[in-house]
Amino acid sequence: MTETVNGIAFAILAGAAILGAVGMLTTRNVIHAAFWLLESMIAVGGLFLLLQAEYLAVVHVLVYAGAVSVLMLFVIMLTLRRREDSVRPVEVSVAGAVMALVFGGLVFAAIASYGDRVAEMPETAPDTAALGELLFSRWALPFEVASLVLLVALVAAVWWSREEKR
Amino acid sequence: MSAVLAAILPVLAAVALMLVNGVVLIYMLRKVLGRLHLRHGPLNVGPKGMVQTTADVLKLLSKEDVIPTGVDRWMYVLAPAAVFIPSLLAYAAIPFSENLRITQLETGLLFTFAVLSLVALGVLMAGWGSANKWSLIGAMRAAAQTIAYEVPLLLSVIPVVMVVGSLDLAQIVQAQSGTWFGIIPRWFVFAQFPAFAIFLIAALAELNQTPFDMSEAESELVAGFATEYSSMRFGMLFLAEFSNSFIMSAIAVSVFFGGWSLPWVPDSVIAPIAPVIFVLKTYFGIFVFMWIRGTFPRVRIDQLMTLGWKWLIPITLGWIMLTGLVLKLGELGGAS
Repeated sequence: MTETVNGIAFAILAGAAILGAVGMLTTRNVIHAAFWLLESMIAVGGLFLLLQAEYLAVVHVLVYAGAVSVLMLFVIMLTLRRREDSVRPVEVSVAGAVMALVFGGLVFAAIASYGDRVAEMPETAPDTAALGELLFSRWALPFEVASLVLLVALVAAVWWSREEKR
Repeated sequence: MSAVLAAILPVLAAVALMLVNGVVLIYMLRKVLGRLHLRHGPLNVGPKGMVQTTADVLKLLSKEDVIPTGVDRWMYVLAPAAVFIPSLLAYAAIPFSENLRITQLETGLLFTFAVLSLVALGVLMAGWGSANKWSLIGAMRAAAQTIAYEVPLLLSVIPVVMVVGSLDLAQIVQAQSGTWFGIIPRWFVFAQFPAFAIFLIAALAELNQTPFDMSEAESELVAGFATEYSSMRFGMLFLAEFSNSFIMSAIAVSVFFGGWSLPWVPDSVIAPIAPVIFVLKTYFGIFVFMWIRGTFPRVRIDQLMTLGWKWLIPITLGWIMLTGLVLKLGELGGAS
């Protein structure tokens, strides 16, 4: 019973994630593209939830759907001069195609190198406290480095906006 | 079949609660604001005008649904749902009593904030889809305000989470039972007063409520992002707003005011009426929101941003450090 229900939920969520990605790539309206991306992100959050990674799912929705999408929409809406500018013509770019190919190849190689080593699922999902402990002990250094990167971006953004006013 | 039914019933109950809340809260808002403005509010329909909002809802339902030409049709049509659904989802983790809640989530507190943060996207959808300058400006203001105040809002509950050691709303409530010295209830509003003060300010801004209601400042923007909406689409936007203030007040009650419990009364005595106590406390919280709404003037957008980024966030960060320090010292003291 649970297997079937999970299967149906997975099909819906995975389908929604793919639909969002395809929609984002095919629409010519940048605002619509941002909303398609949002839909895809929420669906991915649902997939985390299916894996019982409750904390990850919630944080994913909070950060990517709740904050990053809003920022993206803000940037788009503030930089559009006219409403009609939101619809962009299709631009064919060789450089873009090459980059996409290289990136796609890299991702494919990375996934292929895993082969059929599927990670063993634990009986019970670890809770939020366990995740926090792991983050601040075993993964403390990458965690701090990530926060440093964000800090640099933050300082740079403040410096940038100051510069413009002068 | 019964499993499916058991899964669907709580959702229907949440929808029903949301609708009833909407009707009751609109009546309450009119009466409370009336009182504060030294006027009567609704009087004629039903005893003391009690049936007025029901009549208004029926009127909204029967009105023509106007879709202006020139709108971004899909966005315009989907936006009310995009505002309404997160608001409904937020009921999932609210603990009305020890056992009465829709689902038990380990990260209940974070979940509620996460789904509420999606409301801003629905608002942006409505603002853009309406193809109206007022709508767009209102939506941009609302979204900017929401993402800015989400940071202090989330940070303000972290000290409580640190003390309790859980994100589960029910466990946070349970940690607040009992009293200090037999008199003061163990509510976090006393031990964590600065956190509560910041939570209140940030919650008002998050809800786009007066004194932070620039997003629908009638005198400047008609009705903000809801300007172009009519009939029940407008009703959904309106309903979500009232439902969000219920959710925010319910979180405040669970985190800072002991949830379904009463001080000085053992939990076993009040167990049968625990949900009633919870809802009454929540309504009192909403009354305070309305009281503020009827009393304070609107602030300017730059004042709002300065307050959020330059004052609230540093203060909460400092308070988190202080709480952590006290907790750690207590731990060390207890160990030696």
